[in-house]
Amino acid sequence: MKKLSARRRHPLAAVVVLLLALACTGGLYAVFAPADKAQAEETSQSLAIDEGKKLYSVGCASCHGTGGQGTSDGPSLVGVGAAAVDFQVGTGRMPAQQPGAQVPKKKNIYTQAEIDQLAAYIASLGAGPAIPTAELYSPEGADIAKGGELFRTNCAQCHNFTGKGGALTHGKYAPSLEDVDPKHIYEAMQTGPQNMPSFPDTTMSEQNKKDIIGYLHAVNSDDTVEPGGLNLGGLGPVTEGLFGWIFGLGALVAVAIWVAARTAKAKKS
Amino acid sequence: MSSQDIPEKNLPTAQDEHGAAVAVADEENPFADPGLPPHEHRIQDIDERAAKRSERTVALLFTTSMLATIGFIASYVTIPIDQNIFVWPIGHISALNFALGMTLGVALFAIGAGAVHWARTLMSDEEIVDERHAIEATPEVKAKVIADFKQGAKESALGRRKLIRNTMFGALALFPLSGIVLLRDLGPLPGTKLRHTLWKPGKLLINQNTHEPMRPSDIAVGSLTFAQPEGLEEHDHDFQKEIAKAALMLVRIQPDNIKDKQTLEWSHEGILAYSKICTHVGCPISLYEQQTHHVLCPCHQSTFDLADGGKVIFGPAGHALPQLRIGVNDEGYLEALDDFEEPVGPAFWERG
Repeated sequence: MKKLSARRRHPLAAVVVLLLALACTGGLYAVFAPADKAQAEETSQSLAIDEGKKLYSVGCASCHGTGGQGTSDGPSLVGVGAAAVDFQVGTGRMPAQQPGAQVPKKKNIYTQAEIDQLAAYIASLGAGPAIPTAELYSPEGADIAKGGELFRTNCAQCHNFTGKGGALTHGKYAPSLEDVDPKHIYEAMQTGPQNMPSFPDTTMSEQNKKDIIGYLHAVNSDDTVEPGGLNLGGLGPVTEGLFGWIFGLGALVAVAIWVAARTAKAKKS
Repeated sequence: MSSQDIPEKNLPTAQDEHGAAVAVADEENPFADPGLPPHEHRIQDIDERAAKRSERTVALLFTTSMLATIGFIASYVTIPIDQNIFVWPIGHISALNFALGMTLGVALFAIGAGAVHWARTLMSDEEIVDERHAIEATPEVKAKVIADFKQGAKESALGRRKLIRNTMFGALALFPLSGIVLLRDLGPLPGTKLRHTLWKPGKLLINQNTHEPMRPSDIAVGSLTFAQPEGLEEHDHDFQKEIAKAALMLVRIQPDNIKDKQTLEWSHEGILAYSKICTHVGCPISLYEQQTHHVLCPCHQSTFDLADGGKVIFGPAGHALPQLRIGVNDEGYLEALDDFEEPVGPAFWERG
């Protein structure tokens, strides 16, 4: 102690005291900073909701009502959750171009940031499924065989056994699942868009959904291995039979006619 | 048209160039048989070098077939089963499948093409006339047959001994009955098994995805879930037989939207359990549209309204989709309260 007090008049003492004071201030700041950050996050969340509300008033309110309560032209959005918004807007289905049997997929005009803001606003109206994380819908780690079984039990009746899609009543249809973003497939199962029933986590677990996405990735994507080649649309025995009868039999008939039409005689008549 | 307009070569001649007799027009047959046209030679018949060329072509085709067969065996041995290649215009295809198909196709086609070319260019192509003759037997043969038959009939005395004749007819008529009776052994009689399924009071509804029983809170409005009766396992020997009758789909509709009173009564807080088997010809139906509450059968487009007792609203199905009465047990799990009241699936003769 003597040593330290003896140096109190040292020319560098003032610098040391200053440094200590700065360190204390920094430490105190660090203690209070997280609270500020949390506040900032909250503000950014409420900012997203505000921004989303603005986007909503421009693009959605005319059908879904000014507060998302729904009108005769569009259903209520209270409680549909962020996942439904991300699916509907992310695939371009919403905002809808015109009323009809089914709203088709089209070019998406919103950025992902805008979609997130819209989703934040809709999620603030009532609790619903959140946007899934990449880990949930990535095909990696999926049991493809189990996924195929689940797909045939739950999905194949409408979407065809390899997800090529199919017709329903009165102009409605189950769309093809070829090259659909796994995130959107996951969200569709969770939220049941339009006439599709939903498959919530309570009856189809997260792992079940992952397995289904893994199966679709294996049978209906750019990475699909086709040992048979030329799958003729993957529509099943009707197309295959038609192809066999028309082109296979047609080729046999053509060869038979060609053989008989050519004469082997030296003097051509 | 007078005979002067007919070109000389089309007029009938008494003989063709091979010397065979040819019919000439007369009173009974106003149209003469023109006979065969004169035989024309092929270049291979005239030119020995052309014949040699044809021989070489046929031999080349057969050799191609041999090489293709060897290629087939070689592909089978050398190409790994999981190798994929791109072939225009087929696209990505297994190299082994492609090689086996191509070599087998070429081997068979070359045998056929060689045989056709051989027959058309080298084998004899002379037309041969083979005259037909009358099918009718000669009068003597006919008379002999009739006489023999009459004598046989007289000796058997069938016309006179009527007892023998009638009992013989009886024996012959009854005999086939033994064969018809044996048809009964083609299978056991269906009994009442078309009227009952595995569902009975207290059986839990098991989710086909998770193989766990379900609570009412698990079933969201607008969702679709498939269920099977508790105790039925996929490796059971009669699984297919039982699930074909017991397959169940679960949907949840807001109770306000359920039109039929009995449908609501048989549900549990709007959770409806319906048979998954179409009442037309038994296809599995589960093309459920959650906004209209309609279920469509993919086979013949029969459409059922699940909010209205599974009533048929379109298509050839003859009966409403059977609904299963459900409730919850003491532990809060969904259970069946009864078997289906009506037989599930397509109608049958005794269904009533």
